[in-house]
Formats: sequence, C-alpha cells, structure tokens
Amino acid sequence: MYSRAYKSLVSIPPIAWVGVLLLLPYALMFVHSLWAVREGVIVHQWNWENYKTLFTNSLYAKVLFRTMRIAASVTLCSILLGYPLAYYLAFHAGARKELLYQLVIVPLWVSYLVRGYAWKTILGSDGVLNGFLQYLHLTHEPVGFFLYSPFAVVLMLTHIYTPFVFLPIYAALEHIPRPLLEASQDLGAGSVQTFWRVILPLSMPGLLAGATFAFVLSLGDFLAPLLVGGPSGTMIANVVQSLFGAAFDWPLGAAISVGILVITISLLFLGELLEKRWAFK
Amino acid sequence: MKASSAMRRPRLLGLYAAFVFAFIYLPIVVLVLYSFNRDGVGGFPPGHFTLRWYTQLFADSSIWDSLLNSLMVAAASVALSLALGLLAALALDRTDFPGKTLFRRLVLLPLILPGIITGLSLLMFAVFAGVQLSLLTVFLGHATALVSVATTELFAGLQKLDRAQEEASLDLGATPWQTFWRITLPNLKLSLIAAGLLIFTLSMDEIAVTFFLIGRDNTLPLEIWARLRRGITPEINAISALILVVSVGLIVIWYHLRARSLGGRSQEFL
Amino acid sequence: MSASPANPPQELPAGSAALLEARKVAKRFGAVEVLKEISLNIASGEFLTLLGESGSGKTTLLRLIAGFDEPSSGEIWMSGERLDLLPPYKRRVNTVFQNYALFPHLSARDNVAYGLRVKNVPANEISGRIGDALRMVKMQDFAGYRPSKLSGGQQQRIALARALVNRPQLLLLDEPLSALDANLRKQMQSELKSLQREIGVTFLFVTHDQEEAMALSDRIALLRDGALEQVASPREIYAHPSTAYTAEFIGQTNLLRGEIRGSMVRCGALRWPLEQADGPVIFSLRPEAIRICPDGGRQTSEAAFRATVRQQFYGGSSELLEVDCGSGQTLRVRIPTRGPLTGEHDFVFSFCDAIRVQE
Repeated sequence: MYSRAYKSLVSIPPIAWVGVLLLLPYALMFVHSLWAVREGVIVHQWNWENYKTLFTNSLYAKVLFRTMRIAASVTLCSILLGYPLAYYLAFHAGARKELLYQLVIVPLWVSYLVRGYAWKTILGSDGVLNGFLQYLHLTHEPVGFFLYSPFAVVLMLTHIYTPFVFLPIYAALEHIPRPLLEASQDLGAGSVQTFWRVILPLSMPGLLAGATFAFVLSLGDFLAPLLVGGPSGTMIANVVQSLFGAAFDWPLGAAISVGILVITISLLFLGELLEKRWAFK
Repeated sequence: MKASSAMRRPRLLGLYAAFVFAFIYLPIVVLVLYSFNRDGVGGFPPGHFTLRWYTQLFADSSIWDSLLNSLMVAAASVALSLALGLLAALALDRTDFPGKTLFRRLVLLPLILPGIITGLSLLMFAVFAGVQLSLLTVFLGHATALVSVATTELFAGLQKLDRAQEEASLDLGATPWQTFWRITLPNLKLSLIAAGLLIFTLSMDEIAVTFFLIGRDNTLPLEIWARLRRGITPEINAISALILVVSVGLIVIWYHLRARSLGGRSQEFL
Repeated sequence: MSASPANPPQELPAGSAALLEARKVAKRFGAVEVLKEISLNIASGEFLTLLGESGSGKTTLLRLIAGFDEPSSGEIWMSGERLDLLPPYKRRVNTVFQNYALFPHLSARDNVAYGLRVKNVPANEISGRIGDALRMVKMQDFAGYRPSKLSGGQQQRIALARALVNRPQLLLLDEPLSALDANLRKQMQSELKSLQREIGVTFLFVTHDQEEAMALSDRIALLRDGALEQVASPREIYAHPSTAYTAEFIGQTNLLRGEIRGSMVRCGALRWPLEQADGPVIFSLRPEAIRICPDGGRQTSEAAFRATVRQQFYGGSSELLEVDCGSGQTLRVRIPTRGPLTGEHDFVFSFCDAIRVQE
C-alpha cells in the first residue's frame, strides 16, 4: 500500500539521525576507550590499558559493587512499594482508580532535581526529619547517617523510581482478564493462591520491565550521589564524571562508560529473553 | 474477586497503599511548606509564613535568563523530536528494511540508557566535529535523547489507528499525501500532544545529558544545580514549588484535553 | 473465457454487458496461493455475491479490485480499461468496509463529503449531493453527529452513503452486515436490496453467510480455497449444485454416495433407475425433496425407501427428521409440521430431485 518513495521518505531521516547522533557517538566513545592520556593530553595510542585497569584496580571494583548494591536495593524497594500500590489500584480501588492513578503519575512530572533537593533538605542534620525527631524528643542530637550516605541515595532513588516501576506493573495487572481470577476461585483457590498462581505470573512481564528500568537507571545515576551521597555514597557514574572533569582521563572514563553501556544492553537482552519465556497471550 | 474476602484484604493493603502515597508526596509537601518558611529550610515545625523567598526569586535575573534558555531548548526539542519521532514511528510501522531491528533498538535505547552515557558520547562527538558547547549542543542532546519518547508514543498511536481508515481514504479518491494530512495526522493528534507535553517537561527538567553539553549559557536545572553547590537557600524551595505548580498545571491541561477528545480509556501514558 | 476447474462456466444475466472482467487473476502471499487464476465477469447493474468460508480468497479478490493489493498475475479490466494498474484513488470503485472505517474526527456529513472534497468538487454541488446521499440511506437527521455517537446500523448507512455519493461504477461491500445483530441484519439486507434496485449501481458483495447470499444476489460466485466452485443465480445454484461442496455449503442436503450399475443407481438402501454409464457417483438430495408416503401412494417417477426416525427437530413451520435407513446410512428429511413421529416409515422422492454432483 505504501510506495517506494513514501517508504524512503519516512525511513531515511530517522536512520540518518540514528546513525550520526547515536551510532557514531557510541563508536567514538569506544574508540576513545582505546586511547590513553600522557601528561594531561589525550594521545591516540591504541591499547587495552584502560580495560585492564578496570579489571585489576580494586578501587573501581569497590565502587562498582557499591553501585550494584545500591541499584539492587533501589529496585527491590521500588518493587516492594510499587507492586502493592499497583495491586491495590487495579483490584480494590473501584471508582477512584482513575483519580488515584493520576495522583501516582503527578510526581513523575515533577523535576528530578526538585525531588532530590527536597530529600536533601529533609535528611540533613538541620533538616526536617531531624527537627521532627527532636521535636518529638525521640532523639537529642541530629542523626548523621540520614544524609551523605548510601542510605540517602537509595532513599532518594527509590522515591524517584517507584512510580516508574508502578506503571508497567499496573498496566500488566489491568490486562489480566477478570474471568481468569473468577475461574481460579471457582476451582478452589483462595485469594493468596490466586495471587501466587495466576496474578503474579501474569504480571511478571510488567514487573520485569519496571525492574530493568529502575536498575539500569540507578546504576548510571550520578546526580543523586552528588546531592545526597557524600563521599561514602559515590557511584560508578561519579567516577566517570570526574574522569571527564577534574581528574582528566577521558579514555579511562570512556572505558567505564563502555562498560556501563555493555551492562545495560546485556540486561535488556536478558530481560527480553525472560519476557519471551514468561509471555502469555 | 469474591466480595467477602475482598472486604477483609483491602484494609491492610489500603493502609499500605496510603503509606506509599505518603512516601511519594512527602518531600513535595515539605518542599512547598518550607518555601514559605521565614527561618529557612530546616528545623521543625516550620515557623513564620513569608513570601520573601518568592520576591527574592522574581528579582533574580540569572534565574530568568536560564528559564528563557530552557524554554527555547525545550520548544526546539519538542519540534525536532516530534518530527523525527513521527517519521521513525511511520518507518517502524509501515516499512521493512535490512537492519530494521537494530534501528528500532537504537531508537529506543536512549530511553533506558543512563543520561551520562548519552551525554558523554555526544560530548565526544562534539569535540570530534569541532563544535563548541552551547545551547545548540544542549538542544541536540535533548532531541537525541527524547526522539525515543516521541517514537514510542506515536508508534502506539499508529498501532491504534484503524488501517481501514487510510484505505477508505484512498478508496474515496484521496492521494497518499492527502490521506496523511486529512486522516493520519488528525488521528494522531492525541499522541502528538501527549508526546509533546512529555518531551517538553523532560527537556525542562533534563540534567544528566545537559551536564556534559552545556556551554556558557545555563538552562534552568543547571542554574539551580550551580546554586545548590553553593549552599541551600529557601529561594530554591520557592522556585521548586513554582516548577511543581507549573508541572501540575500541565498535567491538568493534558488530562482535560484527553478527557475531552475521546472520553474513553485514558490509561495510556508512557 | 474457457471453462476450467478454477473457472466453471458462467453466464451473465441475459442482456447485460460485462462491467468488470477478472482475467486469470492469481494472488500469492509468500508460498501460499490465496487466489488461483480466477476469471470472473461482473455484469453492469447486477448484484453479485462472492460467497465462501474464511480463507476462501473472497476478501483478497475484493481487495484486488479495490486496489489495496496487486495481483501476482493476471489482469483486471473495467469498462474496457486496465483496472489493476491504477492506484485505488483513481479507480471508479468504492468500498464499504467491514467495520465501516468511518473517520472518527469527522461528522457524518463530513465523512460523506470526504470523497467529493478531495477531488475538489465545487462546494454548492457537494451540499446537494450529500443531501441526496443521506436521504437515500435515511440518515439526513444525523448529519452532524460523530460516528462514535451513532449505532452500528447507523454507521453502516453512513459508510454506504459515503461510498455511493461518489457515483462509483462498482460498489464493493466487504461483509458489511456481519457486525449487526440478527434482526437489524435482516432489515438492512432488505434495504440494501431495494437500494441497489433503485439506483442500479453494480454491487459486489462479500459474505460467508449463504442465506444472505441467496436472499440478496442476482448471481452467486462460490469460492473455495482460492478457486471458483460455481457461478450461478441463487435458484440455479440451489437446484443444480455442480459439486458436493456446493451442495453442502448452500442450504442443507443429503450427499448420497454410491454407484451406477446396469442403469440403476445404488446408494446404500436407495435405488432408482438412471440411464448413465457405470461408475461411482455422488448425488445431492435436498431434505425437503423427500416426503413421507404412508400408504404406498408413490408415483412411477419416485423412488421409495423405508427408514426409522431417530431424531426429530421441530422448526415451527417444518420439522427436520434424522432417519436411519439401515447399515449406518442416515438421511435428513424435511416435512411440514405434523406432530411427533417414531418408528419406521415409508419415504419417497422424485428421481429428478437427486442431482448428480462432482466431488
């Protein structure tokens, strides 16, 4: 139904765009990772040193693992918060479902920075939380670890990503045909069993999608650590950022970036594979 | 669900859901509250009501400059992202070519890729191409990252489009070009607006990619960021509260537009 | 046009010229042959129905004529010109789609006006023609409504008006009534038929419902697996089906399989004389052609048999009996209502009602 001219017209500009502004920059990044820095200048000396450094230097391994732990915590907490919320909305909210759904969406539109800043003001030594605890005489001094710690990073990122995890889970739950649940109960399964055997498996694709999203984005986040992480909350992206900033070593930074890119793509593939196995029609 | 068991369960679940809601909204509420607080950002309870921080904000010229920059970049990003996103969506929906799967994955990649990667790769490209960092590079960075959003939304819209309508249009004598303007685009109106609003918001809030592509002129988020490095003042609360109000306003507008056009299911967001 | 397995002999209705000619039109999708070298003529002013099961190729053929697909081989001619070389918007053919495909963002009136507007028909002429088209389908009071505010039947009429206002030479209807409930369907069938008679436009109607096809058509083209099984008027196709498939698809029948030996047909318990060569045979015998013959009152031109009534289905004005002739041979018999029947009875049928069919 569509002529050759039509097809060329619609596909050439986006392909050109993708090639020039996505493929080419990624390729450049990879190329940079194979270079080195000598005396403050980038030299085009082809080598695998940067990757060797990544694998051997314990500092990077430490930060990477911390980052992974933080990302995993964020993902887990987001699911623990987002799934029950989605479940409640999908099955028990009744007439208010639509309104509540919009209310969950609203924070997504609120600036990341704004929300991060809000946590900063809440968690600090002079912050709202400490003030509140002292007001209630639950503590007598400011609690230190609320802010400038991995805890704060996890807290902030969980806050950011819970709505993101909620969305695909809710969509998946809504898609479950209600007659399936009735059939399950008709056959003798109670609410809990129905959940385990029917609802949870059928919502897996949505859960997976949300979890992948939260994990990958947390993994590569550098703003949250800068806002609320402090020295103990530094993540791998901060390392990269400083390598492109004060610590001037673009090749090394590029190598780590390539690493993050590879991890992201691998997780996406993994997610797709799992989704194919768990897909039901 | 059977009525009887459903009655017992929601109690606990409902409470938990309320807790999650509270968690999501707490920082926002605190933020707004303390933007009116005379004694600054910390402590409890908030003390004296004042509009001082807002007046201070309005007098701050560099904030206004950065806001203007952000608006320009956002407007340009919406235009380019929608145009390219529409073409990409059409290409994905209606054509077949070698490498189409790779193309699709690449187009959608920036959605899930941490912003730092997109930002850095484009930085290296800018250096390679000898382009100086400025609002232009920021704009290109935003558009690159946000074409994915447009493509996703418009592709979904195209899928919902009844192919028979375009066939009907051709059948009635309209050329493919006429069909595109009279039938395809109007049917995509909702998707275009939803995508546009979303891209606008995301561009206004964009930090990660912008961080590496910024030149001398700041966008609003980066201006705020710079101030944060210097220290916390309630002025930042004030501007945050204003951003919040505008964001909510945009959602309300979007919600009304959607409810008005189709009056049906509005569960399609991202 | 030579007759072949894919192209049974077809006779156009008396005194009419062919408007559309499909010449050996074939369509392949990958390795699948959906249409197998079909040749079909459609007469000007006739109501022709493409009848068949899903997968028979009827919708594919329709789409080829409309222009949404190209034939893999063969040609389509209309009014002396090649049709299949033209894009859909240049053909004097319009389509009523299965789900109507009304434009949701336009009112009923604007939907109907669409074809005229894109061809830049002058505005004053447009309003006149729209008015006529809407009146023709009795929707003049609904002109300002959006399709979403109209019922299924109303949408269907608008779709019809939208197509007809363009004065096409051929109107294609792709199972337009399948989405309607039974009562509305009957009503629309009646309206469609009278509309076609009134305006005289050639209708090519696609359906899988053989009752519908019989009620509406001047001729029926029965499609099976991409080939034409039989093309004839409803009466002809019912009374003289050419194949077993046709006999079973159109209406109900009993398929009698057996052989001719020595000028006698033997099909299970049934025997009757027939002057034809020896060999295996299949006959189609309609249930209503068999009657109960209580007291040996059979004619010389009738065959008789005895059978036990196994099932009786009451149908209001008639009853359908399933009778067992012995040795597993079961026949269906339709008789006027006469109350419950059991046990053995004598049945008769005319020799000439047993129609010989191909496999």
